[in-house]
Amino acid sequence: MSELRTFMNHNAIIDLIDGMAHVLCSRLADHHIENPAIIGIHTGGAWVAKHLHNTLGIQDPLGLLDINFYRDDFTRIGVNPEVKPSSIDFDIEGRNIILVDDVLQTGRTIRAAMNEIFDYGRPASITLVTLIERSGRQLPIQPDVIGLRPPLQEDEHIALSGPEELSLNIGRKDN
Amino acid sequence: MASRHQNIQLNDQGQLRHFLTIEGLHRGLLTQILDTAEAFAALPGRPIKKVPALRGRIITNLFFENSTRTRTTFELAAKRLSADVLNFNISTSATSKGETLLDTLRNIEAMHSEMFVVRHSQSGAAHFIAQHAAPGVSVINAGDGRHAHPTQAMLDMFTIRKHKGDFTPLRVAIVGDVLHSRVARSQILALNTLGVTEVRVVGPSTLLPTEARCLGVHVFHDLDEGLRDVDVVIMLRLQKERMDGALLPSEDEYFQLYGLTSERLEVAKDDAIVMHPGPMNRGVEMASEVADGPRSVILQQVSYGIAVRMAVMSMCMQTRDDAGGEM
Repeated sequence: MSELRTFMNHNAIIDLIDGMAHVLCSRLADHHIENPAIIGIHTGGAWVAKHLHNTLGIQDPLGLLDINFYRDDFTRIGVNPEVKPSSIDFDIEGRNIILVDDVLQTGRTIRAAMNEIFDYGRPASITLVTLIERSGRQLPIQPDVIGLRPPLQEDEHIALSGPEELSLNIGRKDN
Repeated sequence: MASRHQNIQLNDQGQLRHFLTIEGLHRGLLTQILDTAEAFAALPGRPIKKVPALRGRIITNLFFENSTRTRTTFELAAKRLSADVLNFNISTSATSKGETLLDTLRNIEAMHSEMFVVRHSQSGAAHFIAQHAAPGVSVINAGDGRHAHPTQAMLDMFTIRKHKGDFTPLRVAIVGDVLHSRVARSQILALNTLGVTEVRVVGPSTLLPTEARCLGVHVFHDLDEGLRDVDVVIMLRLQKERMDGALLPSEDEYFQLYGLTSERLEVAKDDAIVMHPGPMNRGVEMASEVADGPRSVILQQVSYGIAVRMAVMSMCMQTRDDAGGEM
């Protein structure tokens, strides 16, 4: 990826996540979703989830999901050298789950994450929250709460860096 | 990069293709195996203990030498990766009818198996099969003669890391029949690659290889001296079935000299752990009070063995394509 430019700095991102927490609370109330647990997808999703987890004051520990072994292109891409253990220290069975990722593009990560969640148990519901929603969907997966939908060119790439100082950066993919 | 290309175990990108020996693998790769195993070690806590990573792939256990435990853990590891598993016990199968090893290999390849897990009494057997395997087929060495048993060594490294964290300050004693032990050879290579402070081998001179010092270890013939201040004690099985000479006076005398008891363990560090690759001869290598005692991590080794074998299998079964990967 060439020329990386900062699209949003830490404070702006935290403000965005606070706004998402507000919208999420309203949505949970509207849909009578009680006692939710929260799961973030490694790595960027986990950072966003951590802030939401604090802001919403959720009692259960934050769940973390590494979807590496659930990817539909696993045998082509192989093991990510930075694969982390998934850790979900609460019972998924019958729970309302808030699933958090940083960027929703193709939808394949979310599909993999949902497959993994179901290997822990059958949740009552899953609410999808993403910091960024962008074009490029390849599967019929839509978010319930988003932070921002920035206009991006097809060859542009957006990524969250962190974890202490969050930053959203846009670059152009090399061809 | 040139040296990587010469290592049959690695592909053009320096990734693991076969896993035949620890020799020639750098610390980063061994650490990646341990990190990947860490992700799999969490699976037993879940209701569904499988991941879909190798769904639709076929893995063949090719065992020319009996070993129920090793074969079972490889089989379970493959199944937890959602692969399909074929088991061939060759000692009771085709080769006894006159088929050559390579003909057996070609036949199983024709069944579209993409991985062979090979156990053989001849040193170098897995390497030979890897050299002749079709492109896209990976080979894992599950023990060859006196040469290597790299997945056992890596599960031992995983167990050590789980208990001790950093390898750097550790002193490790490997006690017993090092001469006949492929496990010990792989452990010594792995421990030195991962950078421990000291590896010791402890045993009677008849059971230590004459070239032991060349392996980068300190040699001890007295158990008490060998165990002093160590962090990890690895007991080896007395390979009775491999002994073809009068290397030992008797099992009783061996236990008197080299058997691990609670009393003898006292010279090791207070938090030293005791390991054994199994199967264990109680009252020969180790007293039951130690095997079942608080410092023993022997059963954890077995559980971790599945996670480590999953890591090695999943890493070998990848074919890198740098063009893809966007999700």
